Parts: sequence; C-alpha cells; structure tokens
Amino acid sequence: MVRGTRLAGGIALATAASLLLAFAIAWHPEIEPTMPPSPSSFARKLVIEGEQLAKLGNCAGCHTAEPGRPLAGGRSLATPFGTIFAANITPDAETGIGTWSRAAFDRAMRRGIARNGKHLYPAFPYDHFTHASDGDVEALYAWLMTRPAIASRAPETRLDGVVAFRPLIAGWNLLFLGEGPLEPDPARSSDWNRGRALAEGLAHCGGCHTPRNRFGAEDRSRAYDGAMVEGWYAPPLNARSPAVRRWTADRLHLYLRTGLSPTHAAAAGPMGDVTRALAQARDEDVRAIAVYFASLMSQAPAARQDQHDAMDRQLVAQQAHPEAAVLFAGACAVCHEPGAPMMQQGRPPLAWGTPLQVDNAHDTVRIIMEGLASPAGPAGPAMPAFADILDDGQVGALAAYLRARFTDKPPWSDIGAAVAHARRGDGK
Amino acid sequence: MIALTVNGETHQVDVDPDTPLLYVLRNELALNGAKFGCGLGQCGACTVLLDGKPVYSCLVPVAALRTRKVRTLEGLASPDGTPGVLSIAFEAEQAAQCGYCIAGMIVRAQALLERNTRPTADEVRAHLAPNLCRCGTHMRILRAVHRAAEMMGGGVRAVAEREP
Amino acid sequence: MSRLGRRALLANGALVVAFALSRGALAQDTDQPELPGGLAKSPLLDSWISVGADGQITVFTGKVELGQGLKTALIQIAAHELAVAPSEVDIVTADTARTPDEGVTAGSQSLQDSGTAILNAAANVRVLLAETAAWRFALAVDQIEMRDGAAYAPDGRTIGYGELVSGASLHVAAKPDVPRREGGARVIGEDLARIDIPAKVSGGEAFLQDMRLPGMLHARVVRGPSDGTRLKQANIEAVATMPGVLQVIRNGRFTAIVADDEWRAVKALYRLQAAGWERIGEPLPAKRMREAIRGLPAQPVPIFHYPGPPAPPEAHTLTARYSRPCLMHGSIGPSCAVALWEDDSVTVWTHSQGVHPLRTALAELLGLALERVRCVHVEGAGCYGHNGADDVAADAALAARAVPGQPVRLQWMREQEHGWEPLGSTMTVEMSGSLGLDGRIVAWQHEVWSNTHSTRPTTAGGLLAGAEVEPPFVPPRPLPIRLPEGGAARNSTPIYDLPNARGTLHFVEEMPVRVSALRSLGAQMNVFAIESFMDELAQAAAIDPVAFRLAHLRDERAREVVQIAAERFGWSARGRGTGFAFARYKNLASYCAVAMDVRIDRETGEIHMPRVVAAVDCGEAVSPDGIRNQIEGGIVQSLSWTMRESVTFDTTHRTSFDWSAYPILRFPAMPGRVEVHVIDRPKQPFLGPGEAAQGPAAAALANAVAHALGIRLRDMPLSPERIRAALRPTPAAPRQAAG
Ligand code: FES
Ligand code: FES
Repeated sequence: MVRGTRLAGGIALATAASLLLAFAIAWHPEIEPTMPPSPSSFARKLVIEGEQLAKLGNCAGCHTAEPGRPLAGGRSLATPFGTIFAANITPDAETGIGTWSRAAFDRAMRRGIARNGKHLYPAFPYDHFTHASDGDVEALYAWLMTRPAIASRAPETRLDGVVAFRPLIAGWNLLFLGEGPLEPDPARSSDWNRGRALAEGLAHCGGCHTPRNRFGAEDRSRAYDGAMVEGWYAPPLNARSPAVRRWTADRLHLYLRTGLSPTHAAAAGPMGDVTRALAQARDEDVRAIAVYFASLMSQAPAARQDQHDAMDRQLVAQQAHPEAAVLFAGACAVCHEPGAPMMQQGRPPLAWGTPLQVDNAHDTVRIIMEGLASPAGPAGPAMPAFADILDDGQVGALAAYLRARFTDKPPWSDIGAAVAHARRGDGK
Repeated sequence: MIALTVNGETHQVDVDPDTPLLYVLRNELALNGAKFGCGLGQCGACTVLLDGKPVYSCLVPVAALRTRKVRTLEGLASPDGTPGVLSIAFEAEQAAQCGYCIAGMIVRAQALLERNTRPTADEVRAHLAPNLCRCGTHMRILRAVHRAAEMMGGGVRAVAEREP
Repeated sequence: MSRLGRRALLANGALVVAFALSRGALAQDTDQPELPGGLAKSPLLDSWISVGADGQITVFTGKVELGQGLKTALIQIAAHELAVAPSEVDIVTADTARTPDEGVTAGSQSLQDSGTAILNAAANVRVLLAETAAWRFALAVDQIEMRDGAAYAPDGRTIGYGELVSGASLHVAAKPDVPRREGGARVIGEDLARIDIPAKVSGGEAFLQDMRLPGMLHARVVRGPSDGTRLKQANIEAVATMPGVLQVIRNGRFTAIVADDEWRAVKALYRLQAAGWERIGEPLPAKRMREAIRGLPAQPVPIFHYPGPPAPPEAHTLTARYSRPCLMHGSIGPSCAVALWEDDSVTVWTHSQGVHPLRTALAELLGLALERVRCVHVEGAGCYGHNGADDVAADAALAARAVPGQPVRLQWMREQEHGWEPLGSTMTVEMSGSLGLDGRIVAWQHEVWSNTHSTRPTTAGGLLAGAEVEPPFVPPRPLPIRLPEGGAARNSTPIYDLPNARGTLHFVEEMPVRVSALRSLGAQMNVFAIESFMDELAQAAAIDPVAFRLAHLRDERAREVVQIAAERFGWSARGRGTGFAFARYKNLASYCAVAMDVRIDRETGEIHMPRVVAAVDCGEAVSPDGIRNQIEGGIVQSLSWTMRESVTFDTTHRTSFDWSAYPILRFPAMPGRVEVHVIDRPKQPFLGPGEAAQGPAAAALANAVAHALGIRLRDMPLSPERIRAALRPTPAAPRQAAG
C-alpha cells in the first residue's frame, strides 16, 4: 500500500537524522496492567458519546479484519518492509486492551506509546488523536471498554530491517507530532471550530487527504492538497479542490451522512467506508466537519462559479475513442446516460464527480473495476464491478473516453499504470 | 457481424456492437438460461461464465468479448444432453418456486464449485450474495449447492454458526 | 341381438345415463348441497377434465401457476381420483378460450377453489366411467375396479378410459356427493416432483419472458420514473429515425416504441426519457407516508364485535401502535407480455393472475367485443400479488395494434417495475387490551388505518395505460374488501377467545400512491400487531407467551399447530432472543405458527437468525414438500419485508427505483436453518399455504427481537438503523427520503 510504503520508507530515512536523539527520548515506562473495568462502571451517556466519536474516527475501519469480528484487530497494511497488523482494541485482557488503564489508553491515543512502553507505528494516527480533548478520550475509552471482549491475537507486526526498531519512532514524533489540543479561532463560528477540532483530531481527515513528506509524515504546508492512499487518490479539500459543483456545508453534510451528493458523486473506495461510519456519528458533529471543509474550499473554482450544466462532449469523445464509446453504450449507459433510470432519479452526472477531474486516473479506474459496495446494506448508491467483464485495455480505453467526454481536461498519461496497479489488487 | 463463442460454439451475430450479451444470448441464440432481471448488474438473473468467472451478462457489450469464452446454463449440460450436476441437484432438492432466479444461481454456484468443491457454508452464502431471489427459495438453493458439492466429490464444510 | 346391436345399445345406454345424470343433477340443483369449490360456478365436468380417445387426460383450471406448484398439485389431485399415474395427466391453465373463469389466482385459494373442483370433477368422471364399464361388462358398478387408466372386471376383462369415454359424455354437471376413491395407490399426499422445475433448472422455455414467436418484434413503453409522474414533451422525431425503430406510438400520454430488436428499443426508450419528467397533480406528502395516510379522511368500518362484560376497574390496560411502510412486490423478472393483433382481434400472452378480468378490461380499453380478446396465461416470475402483469399486457396490446399481424413482446424495465407496480399499502394499527387479575384478557380493541388492498383491474380504468390514452378511462373507486376475507382488515379479527372485543377499519379512500394486493394483503400487518401485542400482554401478565396464547385459544387445530411448533423448536428450554407467533390465515384457511431465535449485533444493529421453526396445517396435504417450499418461501420473504424493506418517496415521486434503493435480504442475511412441520389432515378441505406464513414470520421476528433487546420495536422495518436507534437515545442518521 502506498501509504504503508511511504510510512516505512519515511521511517527508514528518519533513522540517521534522529538516531542519537531517539535513544535519549525513546524510553517510556510500562504502565501497570489493571483489571478490566466493569462495563457498568461507565455512564451510559458517556458510552454513547464515545461510540459517536468512534464513528467519526472510523476505528472499526482499521481495527476489524475482513472477515473478522468488530475491533478485534488483525487487519493488515502491507508494506515492502513487512506487514503492519492493526491491534485488537476490544477489552480482552489477554489479547486486547482490557488491562489498559485510562492513563495508558490516553498515552497511546495522544502520544503513540503502548501500555508496555513500546512506540506505536504512526500508521495509527496518534498525530491526529493528540488533538482530541480529555473528554473525547474519556468517552472513547468508555465505549471501547464496554464492547464485547474478543479473544483474538492479532498477528505480530514485524517490519524488516532498520524500521523494525521501534525506538526510532521517537525521533519521528519529535519532528512531526504536535501534541495537544488546537487553539480555537475566536474569529470563527463555534461550528467551524468544532469541525476543525474533529477533522484535525479524531476524524483524522488529513491522514488520507494530505500528502506526506519523505518521512511519511503529513506535510502541513500542503494540508489537504490531495494524496494517494491505499491505491486511491484522496482529492484536495482546499482551494485546489477540482469539484465542478460548489461544495456548500449543506451538500457536504448530506454527502458525509449518506455517501451520495446529488451535485457531486457517490463516495467510493475508502471514503465509502468513512461515510457509512459517519452515517452513525452524531449529526451535529458531521455538520460541523462539513462547515469546516466548506470554508477550506471557499476559494476553490467551483465556489466562485457553480457550474450547473454538466459537460458532455459525446461526439468529441466518440471520435477519439470509438471502441470505448461502444463499451460505454453497452455497459455504462443504462445507468449513466441522460435518460437512464439513475439519471431520472436525480443522481449526479459523471461530469460532476471528482474522479474524472483530478489529474490521475486511479480513482476512475478503480471504480470501474471494483464498483461501489453492492446493495446488501441500507438503501444507497451501488455499482457493479467490471474487473471480470472488461480486460485491462478496455478498462483503460473506457477511462480515457470518460475523461474526454465528461471533462475538457487533457488526457491522462497514467492510465496503463493505474489499471495494472488496480489489477494487482493488493494496493502495492 | 460480430463473432462470439458460447458453450464451445462460435456464432456470428448481426447486432449493434454495444448490445449487451444477455440480449444476444436470448434473442439471437435462443438461449433461455440467462434472464433479464434488472439490466443493471444488481440481481444476478443474467449470470453467465466469462472465461470461468461469473459475470452479469446484461453489462457485457458483445463487442467486448473478442475471443473470450462464454458459458451459460445450457452449456453446463454434457453434450449428450445430461443436465449439469447443479441442475440435477436443484431438481432433486426441488429448489425453485417461480424459478426465475434459478438459472443465475446455478451458473454462479458452478463458478464456485469449479474452483472449490469443499467451500464452507459461509463461503457459499457470500459467493451467492450478488444473486437475488424474491420467492425466498434461498434455503433450498443452499441445500442444492451443498448437494451438488457432494455429488462432485466434495461437500460443504459445516462451520461454527456465525457469530454477531 | 347381434354383437353390433348390443354394442350400439350399450353405447346408447351410456349416453342415456349420462344425459339422465346431467338432467338429474341440474334438476336437483335446488335441494342438493351446493357444489364445492369452483364447480359452483362452472358445474360441467368437461370444463375441468377431458379424456381423449387415446385415454389422455387433460385437466383445465382457471387458476395459474405462480411458482407455487399449482399445476403439479392439481395433476396429483386429478390423478389420484381418476386412479391413473400423474404422468398420464396434462394440464391447461388459465386461457380465456379454453378454461373455466376462476377469477383471480390469489388469496391462497387455488387449491380451495380449483383443487376442490378438480377433486370432485375427477371423482364424478371416475364414477361415470365406472358406470359405463359396468354397463359394458353387465356387472354392478361396485364390482368394477378402476386403476391405471382402465376399468377392470373381476374376471380380468378390462377397458381403457379412452374407449369408455367414447360412450360417456362429460358434458354434464357434477354431482355434489360423489364419494372419494378408496384404497388403491395414493397420489395425494405424496411428494411428487414438480413438473415445471426441469425446464427451470436447465434453460428450457419456462417463462413468458422466454416466448419467441416467428417475426416477433420488441416494444418498450415510455413513462416517467414512477406513478404520479409523466414524461415531458420528448423529441419523437429524433427517436423515430433511430436504427431499428419501427414505430413510436403516441396516444394521449401513452407512449411506446416498437423496434426490430430489443436492445434497440431500450436505447430508444432512454433517448425519449432524457426529455425529463414532471409530477402530475398534488405533491406527495413530504412527511412519512404512513403518517400521511393516517392523517387523511377515513371511513370507519366496523370489523368485529364480541360482546362481553366491561373490563373490571382493576384490569390493567395496555395500548400500542404498530405500523408498516409501503412494500413492493419486487418480482425478479420485470412484467412482460406478448401480443398479436390480427383480424381486429387480439391475443395476449400474459402472466396476469386473472386472465378473465384482464380480458374484460382490455376489451374496454381497446374498444373490442369481448370475444375478440383472448388472454392466455403463461408463467412469469413470481408476482406475489397484483404487480405490473396486467398493465404490461395492456401496454403490449396497444403496441401490437400498431403493427397488425406481427407479434410484439413488451417487457418492462427494472425501474419501471419498481416505479409503477402497485404497492402494498402502508398501514397503522392501534391496539388496546386489558388484563384481569388472573392474567386473562378481559377487553380488546383493534383499529387499523389503511388504503385499499385491491385495485385489480376489471375495467380499462384500472390499467395504467387506461389513464394515459385519449380519452382517458376513469379509475374505479376503491372499496374495502368484504369480510371474512377482508383487505386491510384481513386477519384483524383475533382467533383468540376474547370477550368484549371490537375492531374498526379506518378505510382511507384517497391514495397518494398507487397501491393494490400484495401477498397476504393486510394480514401481515394485522398479525404482526396482534401477535406482538399478545406478547406484550403476556409479558405484563408474567406468563410465557406460548402458554398465554394457549390459554386464549379454543380451536383444537390451532392449539395443535401452536403446540407442535413450540415443541419442535424446543420452546420450553428457550434461551434469550426467542419469539413465537401464530395465526390462522384469514381466520378460515391455513394455520401456521412460527418460532425463531435471533442474535443481535448491538454494534451494527444486524439481526442474525440461527433457526426458524414453523408448523402448518393446511388441511389435507396434497404435496407435503410443496407446502414446505411455500412456507419456507413465505417466511423468508416476510422476514425480508419485516427486517429490511420500505418504499421511499420524496414530494414528487417514488424514489425506490432499483435494488440499491430498495434492498431486499440477500444470502448472507438468511436464517441458519428453516424447518417446516406439516400436519396432514386427510379428508379435510384443502387450504392453500401460500400466504399463511407472512404474518406469523413477521411477528415471531418482532417478538424475538423484543426478547433479545428488552425493547419493543413496533414500526417495520426492524432495520439495523432502527435497532441501533432503539439502543441509543440520540436519533439515527436521516436518510435522503423516508418511508
Ligand atoms: S439482469 Fe443482469 S444483474 Fe440483473
Ligand atoms: S425462485 Fe422465484 S425468484 Fe427465486
């Protein structure tokens, strides 16, 4: 996975720079194990609060294997140096975090140090969680400790080479971990401030949408400029947003809650999981996040001009890609051509989706090949996968056709690589 | 004219190149197995095997096939007309109510059992998830797939009941 | 007497007997018991059974195969009574030119109506043939043995049915009191393999959708996205010149495309639809449909009243309100019809549940005399009630009129089925009940709010196209279906022994959305409410729910069904998360009890169902495996309705347009096991099993969920979102549209 690769690579590069320093600051004491607290010792209100925060952070997204039991860990993140496995964070005393005291949990969340004193890899986004408030951490702790304890030992993470040496992370932390809550901006609304605290903190949006530097840390100077993550491109969420239609707080709110924006697109890939989790978060919190990002995108082109007319250069595209035009007519048109049932229902035209607008083909290719989640859960957007229907050349041709038909942007140059990458399917 | 290979035979058909395979199978080749259920890749009634993988034939433009091989329910029977193992198992279990979904179920199950005649019960359910049945014949369909796995010399492994 | 003369005389004698029989039967019409089942309306034997000169037996039924195994069951009945192997019997189902008019195939009545008719007609035919044989053998009729398609004399002489029938007219009325066949090989009660299945599992021509007539054209109808909408002015010329498009038919608002190729018709359809659409008439209520219906003017109709002393002051009174959203039939195969217009007559091959009423409606729509319209039933995908089958038949007939001499096949698209099929009405039920100190119910009240549950077409105005053509036909006014069957009130009358009980139907005439009959009509909701409420009362009385039911149940067959279901489930040793429910369908048909257990993932709100156990008594069991198949299917479908389904709307239209917007249960969510125990009641009337499980399955689920959570959910669907919301005090996520 790209993110894993960068992380591991970044850690390796950080080695030399911070080796000595690391030793000096790397040591942390073990925090004594405690008896798992009784679930009834937590106030119900606090537990519910914690659950809603957990949905904002989509804890289960990373800490649940597939297939697997919720929060029991084991989900892998492949890197060239080895595989990072998510921990079991259920309150099982043996294999989970049952013996972690509040203080131990707090230290892990906000400083990235496990109960036994070991450093956690920053694949766990404590660089964001460090902004969480005491109350938020307390609520999350209450929620986790009231989940069913599941005995399940996540495979041990063993990275190869020098990155296996965890104390090095101390140096990384020194460089990139800005501990503590964010100062509120008094010039902004309370919604905005709440939204920023959540987005920068528990929701860790930058974890995907902000590019990382050589050390695998988020590059704050390019916050929300868009980045590759797990083979998907998380688009910019700032003035560089390539959205065609304006992202208002209302539209974002609807999108984050339902995974579908009638003026933009359906959430795909990892963002699909995020929106499914956000559907269960507290509405005001999601709203606050929407307010925050709408403000970050207020200087984006679409914010200046909301383009109502969907671009459709059908003839141009057909002349450029005649074979792909046939594929589109036979495979895609029943949903995406004007007049198709989905369009009659007010679903967004392809021209309004971000994947076709950004300057790489990754998302478009992956959506074609993998589709969106099948309609097994609640009502919501769905799209079948075409990986077994179209061959690599056909997927690529189709992607090129879509770009030519629904945007006026130059053709992509990375389609072949994106298709090969998606076909390997392991995110490497 | 577009050439396509279905159940081992090559056909030339005179249709628009964007015509989905489903329409070609039904209207040009007079094959009834694959059914129109949604045309949107949501129900699996039209499932066929494309180079051994189950796909929604309603979403396969016939021009996209080139040399790839299509197998339909009809193609699972042996040349002497003996029905395929799954068809026999479905009949034996009386696994149909209206039966409109059944051809798609059989074809999708075939793809699984060709790969693995010893799937777990949960694997069978997960594998069949793309296919819808409105009559509620699911329990019988599962029994029929289990029976077919046994007839093929394997069997569906019982696993501990699913836990929430 | 010469041999020849003797034979002639015998033959004549048989004819005389036959004539006499018929006259006798007719003459005695008034003082004889009424003929059973469908015979009451069509008493002539040859309307039901024909025996060819080669001995080939054909059974005719006005009912239709809907995947319920009807053909096989009727063959079994006829073969049994006629003492022939089932393989010797052919069957012809509903065809206005060939079969008796048996109205609509619905309400689990096919075996009651047609099965009973064929049983008695076959017995009549057997006796007639036996009497003819007796003449021929010059023996007393009780010396004749009928088996394997022939009459046998004790001395070994034998005559086949084919030969016998040449001497006996079957054009006579049935006698009501002909005895059933005794002894001999049993066919009824055996698990006969269904005759329709081989084609369905091998790619045979099994469905109307598979019909291919020489020179057949393909048509598509063009509409807005859902009922209550219309297409904006479309660019007809651009579409008319598309390759393969032969005709764009416009008649008022009715628009259809006829093309030489199916896919080309689809492409033209989407081109026309690109014009956009608009709502006709009033906006839909913005608030949830179930509350909107509840708020409309309603006409109160008394359902039942069991007198009794008023509840004593110390009685403990409970009230509760239950509701369900609009539900969809959601046939897996969109509705389809093939029509051929020739010589000012039209033949329509249809999967309508009622070919005769459809014929009447089509004749009016097309302005044809009745005899110029023929409707032939061919099996379609399961319909579960009044779906698009009739409407598409009208669409196809209108399309065929534009291309006389050429057969036209018209199938709806998935989104047209989802958008236009009549829905099962949303319903609300308010219950109130009082418990005496002894834990017995001392007062009971049931009030139900609903639209109609049948707008099945009997006139052109009942067809979608009827309202679209110029001049339009007026849709008939909806009326409540009379009890005891009832529509919205179906199964609202409790089978329990209750004093001081009263029921009222608040019949809402105005229909903001198109609704009609959905499998079991109001029964699913009424049983859901009654059986949930019984559990609530049992809990208040601190009595086991099954014991509580038995304490209020006198009907012996009902008691046995309840006891067997409980016993097979292991109710006495039940754990947490178990539920039970029972009903007798329509209070006059099959008895069905369902017990189940659930485990709930409190995190996701998902319900897992390790095991479902049902017991069913549908009278004499013609095919036990067929009954199990129907009950299993009914349970699974009802669980899908109850757990997952809800049609959504915004102010302009129905937004549940496909399987992603209207999800139904898929394999991973299925129960671990479903067991059905059939209680056979030989010689008792046949009672259809098709709809018996819908109510009990829904209520058993609700009761199991309540038992698991300690929280009662009264509004369907019991979706993961609702369960999560119930477990957490803050409101769940708003969806884009609500049911
Ligand atoms: S018809 Fe192809 S998936 Fe439904
Ligand atoms: S058997 Fe009717 S849809 Fe499956």
